[in-house]
Amino acid sequence: MKTNPDFFPLTDLATRFVGQLVQCRRLGLSVLEASEQHVLIELPYSSELIGYPDTGVIHGGVITTLMDTACGTAVVCNIFDKYKSLELSPTLDLRVDYMKPAEPNKSVYGFAECYKLSSSVAFTRAIAYQDSIDDPIAHAVGSFMRISPEMVGDAFRQALMGEGK
Amino acid sequence: MTMVTPEANQALNVKDIVKKATELNDFGHLLAHVPYAKFIGMQVARFGDELVFQLPKKDENIGNPTLPAIHGGVIAGFMEMSAIVQLMVFMQTTKVPKIVDFSIDYLRAGHHRDSFAECKITRQGRRVANVNINCWQTNRKALIATARAHFLIE
Repeated sequence: MKTNPDFFPLTDLATRFVGQLVQCRRLGLSVLEASEQHVLIELPYSSELIGYPDTGVIHGGVITTLMDTACGTAVVCNIFDKYKSLELSPTLDLRVDYMKPAEPNKSVYGFAECYKLSSSVAFTRAIAYQDSIDDPIAHAVGSFMRISPEMVGDAFRQALMGEGK
Repeated sequence: MTMVTPEANQALNVKDIVKKATELNDFGHLLAHVPYAKFIGMQVARFGDELVFQLPKKDENIGNPTLPAIHGGVIAGFMEMSAIVQLMVFMQTTKVPKIVDFSIDYLRAGHHRDSFAECKITRQGRRVANVNINCWQTNRKALIATARAHFLIE
């Protein structure tokens, strides 16, 4: 899928951020779009992720990982857009409500937004879906702690900015 | 795209698996049937009436490599799977309990080392069970995360 960088200018930054996370590479997560407003991430289906062997439905923990990653990436993008700086924001809490099981053999998409940035906390929400965002698999709400930009290591900063390769 | 194999589609006799695990006193037998449990590498041990779940240190479970810390989603997945096994064992369920909601508070960074979890079935209704899950690394009193979840049973 090709996205227009004029509409989603933070896609490259979000892609590099998610690519840095080892577990996300293992899950095959890929960023489809990212802007100051939102992040959209695809989770491909794999039989390794099954949580319900009788139906082939993937484990809720995988959906939680997708939501946590999407929300965390939305925070990175929102902070970068507002302050032109990078912060590492650990998750404070996350609540996921499961509406229906994910259909086997199909990708799950995670759409997240950082809807409020206060001085020390970032507030996010996300929806996981397959065919349509109006027919969700799960909803999530999460808050993230803001940590000073000095806490981001040089190596990590360079990796996120796509420098020093 | 990986297709679901016909074996995976065969009706799983949860009742027999739970019974066998109880007889063998080996609840790893339960986890062996769940691909995601193998994916993150979790294990379980029984001490008398208590189950303690273990997530051994594993490179692929890391989120941010510069800290390095376990991905929060993996910790949540480990805790959710622990609650499922706890329910299957103590309620002798005939189906895998279905997750309804999961709410986690992260208290400390999950460092790149072994993690442990224990669960408490707080309330068991006819259709829904409420479970509390605690997760720690070096000291049971220094929790790295605490969670509560609802599951549909039967």
